[in-house]
Amino acid sequence: MTTRAVEPWIFEPLVKFVKEAGARLVLLMTPAGQVLAQHGFSRAVDVMSAAALGAAIMASTDEIARQLRQPPFAGLNHQGERHGIFLAAVPTGRGRLVALVVYDLDASSLGLVQLFFDELAADLQAASPKDSVPKRVLAADFERELSDSLNTLFGR
Amino acid sequence: MTTAPAGFGRVLDLVTRVRGVRGAMLVAGDDGLVVAEQLMEGIKGPAVAALAASLASRLRRALEAAGVGAGQFWHLQAEQGALLVVTAASGVLVVAVAEPDVNVGLVRLELLRAAEAVG
Repeated sequence: MTTRAVEPWIFEPLVKFVKEAGARLVLLMTPAGQVLAQHGFSRAVDVMSAAALGAAIMASTDEIARQLRQPPFAGLNHQGERHGIFLAAVPTGRGRLVALVVYDLDASSLGLVQLFFDELAADLQAASPKDSVPKRVLAADFERELSDSLNTLFGR
Repeated sequence: MTTAPAGFGRVLDLVTRVRGVRGAMLVAGDDGLVVAEQLMEGIKGPAVAALAASLASRLRRALEAAGVGAGQFWHLQAEQGALLVVTAASGVLVVAVAEPDVNVGLVRLELLRAAEAVG
């Protein structure tokens, strides 16, 4: 399984998380859905779909939290028969990122994912460049940015 | 020491009253989350729960592969302590964290009683 990162500081924390949590698929993206790193995906189209859906779910839960007048939810877990999906935000020096983690119930568990996710968040916070301003992607540039990210993630 | 909800608190008391036990937990076997805990300061409950459940799952598969049936009790002895676990019928794990020189037989007995009470 391959791990790729658009920004190098993400790579090591992500590799460590995947190994320790036993994650099957991982996406790290901006709240807008711009992918910064991935593990386990073999097709760009799957990354695009997962990023769009993950970002949309985060936006929805953030809005629910806002309407309930409370801070954004810490994480969201959906568990199926064989797989679980864990979605949570990570504060970094490059702004808030969103992590989408898919894990096999045979190989991992929500407890393990949560445990090592906390470490991932701390590692990303420590590794992220502190002095840079988070890059804002305009709607007009989104497709080109997405295409560039996918090219990097899939080595094109 | 952290406290557990009343009903579970009595179950965990069975284990923590044994001399040398530093904490006890009920852990959801499927997802490795803490159901209830009574732990001394310094023991990382969520980490112990997640890793113990992961280990229990792998041990269960190893025992099944070996054709020896379901595991009932396991005991990991370390330099500075021990981890003792019994699986209840519902799949909940009853976990004890103990001193290295704890009376293992007594802890095992109380873990089995606690597992029976949990169901």
